[in-house]
Amino acid sequence: MSKTTDQNHIDYLKVRAGMGRISRREFMGRMGALGVSAAVAGLFYAEAVQAAGPVKGGTLRMGVSGGESTNSLDPALAASPVPYNVLNQFGETLVNVDENGELEMRLAESVEASADAKTWMFKIRSGVEFHNGQTLTAQDVMRTMERHSNDDSQSGALGIMRGISGMRVENDMFIVELETANADLPFLLGDYHLMIQPDGGFDNPAAGIGTGPYMVESEEPGVRYLFKRNPNYWDDSRAHVDEVEILSINDTTARMSALQSGQVQIVNRVDPKVAALLDRAPGLSVKSVGGPGHYVFIMHCDTEPFLNNDLRLALKYAIDREDMLDKVLRGYGTVGNDMPVNASYPLFDETIPQREYDPEKAAEHYAKSGHDGSPIILRVSDVAFPGAVEAAQLFQQTAQAAGIPLELQREPGDGYWSEVWNVQPFCASYWGGRPVQDQMYSTAYLSTADWNDTRFKREDFDAMLLAARGELDQDKRKAMYREMGMMVRDEGGLICPMFNDFVEGVSDRVQGWVADPTGELMSGTASHRVWLTD
Amino acid sequence: MHPILILVFQRIALGLLLLFAASVLIFAGTMILPGDVAQSILGQSATPEALANMRAALGLNEPPVTRYLDWIGGVLQGDLGRALTNNQDIATAMGRRLGNTMFLAFWAAIIAVPLAIFLGLLAVRYRDRWPDRLISGATLASISIPEFLVGYLLVYFVAVQLGWFSSVAMINDSMSLGAKLNAIALPVAVLVVVVLAHMMRMTRAAILNVMQSAYIETAELKGLSGFNVIFRHAFPNAIAPIVNVVMLNLAYLVVGVVVVEVVFVYPGMGQYLVDHVSKRDVPVVQACGLVFAAVYIGLNMVADIVAILSNPRLRHPK
Repeated sequence: MSKTTDQNHIDYLKVRAGMGRISRREFMGRMGALGVSAAVAGLFYAEAVQAAGPVKGGTLRMGVSGGESTNSLDPALAASPVPYNVLNQFGETLVNVDENGELEMRLAESVEASADAKTWMFKIRSGVEFHNGQTLTAQDVMRTMERHSNDDSQSGALGIMRGISGMRVENDMFIVELETANADLPFLLGDYHLMIQPDGGFDNPAAGIGTGPYMVESEEPGVRYLFKRNPNYWDDSRAHVDEVEILSINDTTARMSALQSGQVQIVNRVDPKVAALLDRAPGLSVKSVGGPGHYVFIMHCDTEPFLNNDLRLALKYAIDREDMLDKVLRGYGTVGNDMPVNASYPLFDETIPQREYDPEKAAEHYAKSGHDGSPIILRVSDVAFPGAVEAAQLFQQTAQAAGIPLELQREPGDGYWSEVWNVQPFCASYWGGRPVQDQMYSTAYLSTADWNDTRFKREDFDAMLLAARGELDQDKRKAMYREMGMMVRDEGGLICPMFNDFVEGVSDRVQGWVADPTGELMSGTASHRVWLTD
Repeated sequence: MHPILILVFQRIALGLLLLFAASVLIFAGTMILPGDVAQSILGQSATPEALANMRAALGLNEPPVTRYLDWIGGVLQGDLGRALTNNQDIATAMGRRLGNTMFLAFWAAIIAVPLAIFLGLLAVRYRDRWPDRLISGATLASISIPEFLVGYLLVYFVAVQLGWFSSVAMINDSMSLGAKLNAIALPVAVLVVVVLAHMMRMTRAAILNVMQSAYIETAELKGLSGFNVIFRHAFPNAIAPIVNVVMLNLAYLVVGVVVVEVVFVYPGMGQYLVDHVSKRDVPVVQACGLVFAAVYIGLNMVADIVAILSNPRLRHPK
């Protein structure tokens, strides 16, 4: 065969593959016969299928870790990965934060702010239907926001709703009034708890009725959820598969083997220790994307001996971030810089210098702190973050090299979040990210924040946070966030060795995968955007 | 009244008392654990406000004794109540899980029990020869390997490499019986391996014990064949200890298989209980505890009654 006929043949096969007429296996076989290497053929196939656009149909099965038989369909109560993904099937928020950190309009058609950023107007999309046939109105939106912010709310979103002083509806507009200016309000209302429900879900919060692309067909908490495509879904560019099944698989080995044996097409939380091995298995690939979640050791700035900033700095210099990232996360992450934000946030200043491991400086600050040399107790448990105990042991060794005695105290995982975290002065912990810097700082670094788990209380910091929140000039805002980051980095109680990646396993049958740093499994929207090939 | 009926009634009354004691213990135990259901649901993201609201809504501010009395009042009227965490009806949710557990236990038992007894008889018949050594060696090995390892080995070779059965044994109502059996093939295999050894060794030991008796010698001198002596003369007299160990293993199959459930993602009672314990969902933990205790007490009662019925001296007391 001549070169051109080969090329024609390859192009022909690509077109067939793009139309979904031949399977990947057949495509690879025929390419092999034409002398094309498997790696190149795989690339051709992916290109062809991507270029041809989404194919409709099929059942997408996802094996998701982090579900319990105690889970509810009530969006207010969601806190773990399975409920998070389940909510994203049947529910929708006003806006989303897309993979580039930009606002994306969902149930709101447009958003406008008053010049002082105190009044926000959301125009509600018309012609959207709930799964029960009711039409979405601005009233439903307001009732939903009420349920998450009223006096007897049990919502996980209660904290972010606090700054709202008034809400009202004008025709198809939902209007929010704020006590103080907030340039980020739309980002806050994209929180996954705030799925819009008919009449706010007051009568039956766990009904599982929303406007999302998939309707709840069967619900077995802790086991499986089955969804059917919503035939009246308003957005034609999404929801390509007919059915979505979410299997709650908490055991890592079981989840990985379910992916390898083809019983599921997507899994979350691939253990970094096996990610490289799994990636070599046929028919699937491991996708990882840097996110805003971070592993931390937190000191209470208002408790002895951490009252002393020199001691805090000594501990910050006494941790080898690169080594820890390498050993605990096997490189599936990025080093931290003792502040809770990183490049995955909008308005992050990448010129902030990186803190390095420096035993000499650590020893110097330790001497200056005048600590009596008694062991400093670090409380740790496996539930703090995956590999927390190993990370604490590494920390102990590098601190030892600087002459700082650390004593590890293992705590039971059960009750860790109620008895140790935010109670004991020095412990290991984990922070999931927030969409914007303001929210991260307001949640855990404002003097009055409930979750100020480092007891970082600085009036100048609080004032700057509020000023930055209302500042509409992005350059000024960026400079302010830089300064705040530096304050936390040099004077706060946070030791942040690393930011973890979202590491996920995806079958080659899944097309249209997008690296989305804002949340797990494409921010919960994997099923909205991918499609399946044979 | 027949003495055996009296015994059965006594046992049932004692069982009910035990169930009550168990429910008190479980309730006290969950009270001692750190944190409460509101804290566990909201987890790291709990604000004091949301916590207070949830505690009020769930009635956690009532004193523990009042809560216990409310609960037991409901149970006596046949109402197990609703889960605190997701407000599901406990009887419905647990019924489904219990059904699954029974389904798995049934198929494991129906293979393991006859097989164990048969292998035990076989080992006695050829004692100290190679079939005995092989059976004893294999069962000893299987009892020494942790069940999760057996599970992972089967998953890796049979499900991932060979692709014969599925590694995820998730069954649901819309599946046919054949599909369900296919799905549970691997967990059943693991459970059979785990319980087989115990029962087989007990059968062998109990029969060997009887084989020392004079009447066995008589039977042999009558000219009965080796297997006949064991099956007709030795086995009936060894039945009490065998039934005892069988019942213990059946109870294990119902209440103790949470590790196998996790490895194969099987929606049984074990995982259901563990989830609710870690969320401090007391009514569900209580209900599960009652069911598990009832299974244990019931099976032990059966073992005792069978032991009495199989022994003429106990059956016809003077």
